[in-house]
Amino acid sequence: MADPDNKLVKYWKRNLLYLVVLLGIWFLVSYVFGIFAADALNSVRIGGAKLGFWFAQQGSIYIFVILIFVYVWLMNRLDKEYDVHED
Amino acid sequence: MSVQTWTFIIVGLSFALYIGIAIWSRAASTKEFYVAGAGVHPVINGMATAADWMSAASFISMAGLISFMGYDGGVYLMGWTGGYVLLALLLAPYLRKFGKFTVPDFIGDRYYSNVARTVAVICAIIVSFTYVAGQMRGVGVVFSRFLEVPINTGVYIGMAIVFFYAVLGGMKGITYTQVAQYCVLIFAYMVPAIFISMAMTGHAIPQFGFLGKVNDGSGMFLLDKLDQLHHELGFAEYTDGSKKLIDVFAITFALMVGTAGLPHVIVRFFTVPRVKDARLSAGWALLFIAILYTTAPAVAAFARTNLITTVSNRPYSEMPEWFKNWEVTALLGWVDKNNDGIIQYVKGTALDGKGPVQAKENGVAVRGASGEIVVTNPKTDNPNELYIDQDIMVLANPEIAGLPAWVVALVAAGGLAAALSTAAGLLLVISTSLSHDLVKMQFRPDISEKAELWWARGGAAIAVMVAGYFGIHPPGFVAATVALAFGLAAASFFPAIILGIFDKRMNRQGAISGMVVGITLMLYYMLKYKLGKFGGGTPDDWWFGISPEGFGTVAMFVNMIISLVVSRLTPPPPENVQAIVEDIRIPRGAGGAQAH
Repeated sequence: MADPDNKLVKYWKRNLLYLVVLLGIWFLVSYVFGIFAADALNSVRIGGAKLGFWFAQQGSIYIFVILIFVYVWLMNRLDKEYDVHED
Repeated sequence: MSVQTWTFIIVGLSFALYIGIAIWSRAASTKEFYVAGAGVHPVINGMATAADWMSAASFISMAGLISFMGYDGGVYLMGWTGGYVLLALLLAPYLRKFGKFTVPDFIGDRYYSNVARTVAVICAIIVSFTYVAGQMRGVGVVFSRFLEVPINTGVYIGMAIVFFYAVLGGMKGITYTQVAQYCVLIFAYMVPAIFISMAMTGHAIPQFGFLGKVNDGSGMFLLDKLDQLHHELGFAEYTDGSKKLIDVFAITFALMVGTAGLPHVIVRFFTVPRVKDARLSAGWALLFIAILYTTAPAVAAFARTNLITTVSNRPYSEMPEWFKNWEVTALLGWVDKNNDGIIQYVKGTALDGKGPVQAKENGVAVRGASGEIVVTNPKTDNPNELYIDQDIMVLANPEIAGLPAWVVALVAAGGLAAALSTAAGLLLVISTSLSHDLVKMQFRPDISEKAELWWARGGAAIAVMVAGYFGIHPPGFVAATVALAFGLAAASFFPAIILGIFDKRMNRQGAISGMVVGITLMLYYMLKYKLGKFGGGTPDDWWFGISPEGFGTVAMFVNMIISLVVSRLTPPPPENVQAIVEDIRIPRGAGGAQAH
């Protein structure tokens, strides 16, 4: 495929950057907040729940949903910027 | 009207709806049969994916499981939702751009090898069959409890329904029935949850009720009250875990990665028209799933509190109707160890063996001094007197909360919708593996479109029969199968697909050796520590303290490392394959899924 200005390479790098950031958050809310640091976070409360427990049973799921929609928005913008979008 | 009449009406109506949709959306071509013509709207596909994903286990067992596990139940909640983030970010858009019909299609083309394709087909079939057997059983169990027919009759009815719409409609029929099934199951889950949340905490939204105060005048938060009750009875605190952190991590990770590698989930993203629809569709799917998955822990906490306050230190004679109804089914059992007529429910295993074995005389249960059904299991020497099956929690919830008969019937229809929708999705993967990946791609490439469609229908028919057989004669490994299916998907597909997209240098040798070693290692660990083969072993012998459920994580990393090392020691993939990888990384140019 002709790619004069390394445009597609740049597009792919930016995509990877988004992935690293979003998956970093994914890891943080579930594995760090929900598991490894859950005990420490449990001294803080959200409503009647300990925070670490809440992340393991509620919070991480809400953030997963948000992460996907943010990714969709970022990628649709990126596709247009690099002119690789469909239709 | 009685619960049973209501159940007949509601279940009957829902079945009529599924059949009506199947007739309306018959598949006329292989493209319609395999990927619903790749024209499904992303929101519709999200809903269908959610129904496909949420099985009888999610609907019936999960809240009960959490209610007994407390904090540790979070592994299922995070594990079965977090995988969608991986799907959306790492798999779905690229596989959609690739634009073929199946996961083995991708593996076979990307690794330019029919050996790789065959390994993938075998994995897809093993994963799907282990999973589908449990679904058919689930259909039978729901039928037998709510309509009082034998379990086997329930399995036959389930087979007939799935046969009808999977064989006739293929992916197109399945997609639109799954949308209807999602609506039925989410309504059936939410109605009792909302009623119970109102009754216990005064909040209409269960997710808020979970964080709220109990209505009993004590002014305590629900979770604090639950912790206190647990503390008094000698259980581990509800909001504290008892599993090792490393194991919690490994199980959660294996479930997430396994979710992203399950063929029946991946294939749903082939059905949308464009790459951006595949990304968006994963978001909708997770949103629809999250509605149930954030309600489940709330239901678990309500049910647990309700249960303890209802039964603990109360005389058997005061037990409500539901307690006695479930006692009859042997999913609940009480032994009055100290002969005081009062139920002691504390830490410990009440009975030896799997569940209560009821004493019978001429087919009638023998009653003890307090009127309880006598169980003959050997008594354990701890003071706990009560056995409760975790599956009761969701099914009995409406009765525990004193809800009207139609709500109880609704739960039956919801459980059936969850089981049937998942079974249909899995059966499609099996039938496609036979007709497309084996017959069309390997044995008879010149087969006509019409003949291939007949193979697909025939494959679906055979798959229904085999699934029904396993539903009626459940193999001994059924308890281990869910973990096995996820572990296998994690250890085989996930690394092969991810590396195929993100590592252009990955070649045939690397991918095949990785998949073979990954699966073998996973099977070995599973057989050894779950089924006692190869000398068996106790939890003390687990590698790094990781249970068989979490071992998919280890097997996945081993697969990745072997793939990477082997690929660097062998020649790079051909130019045209590298061009495929370049091509799937950009969205433009994704047409409909192409026939070969």
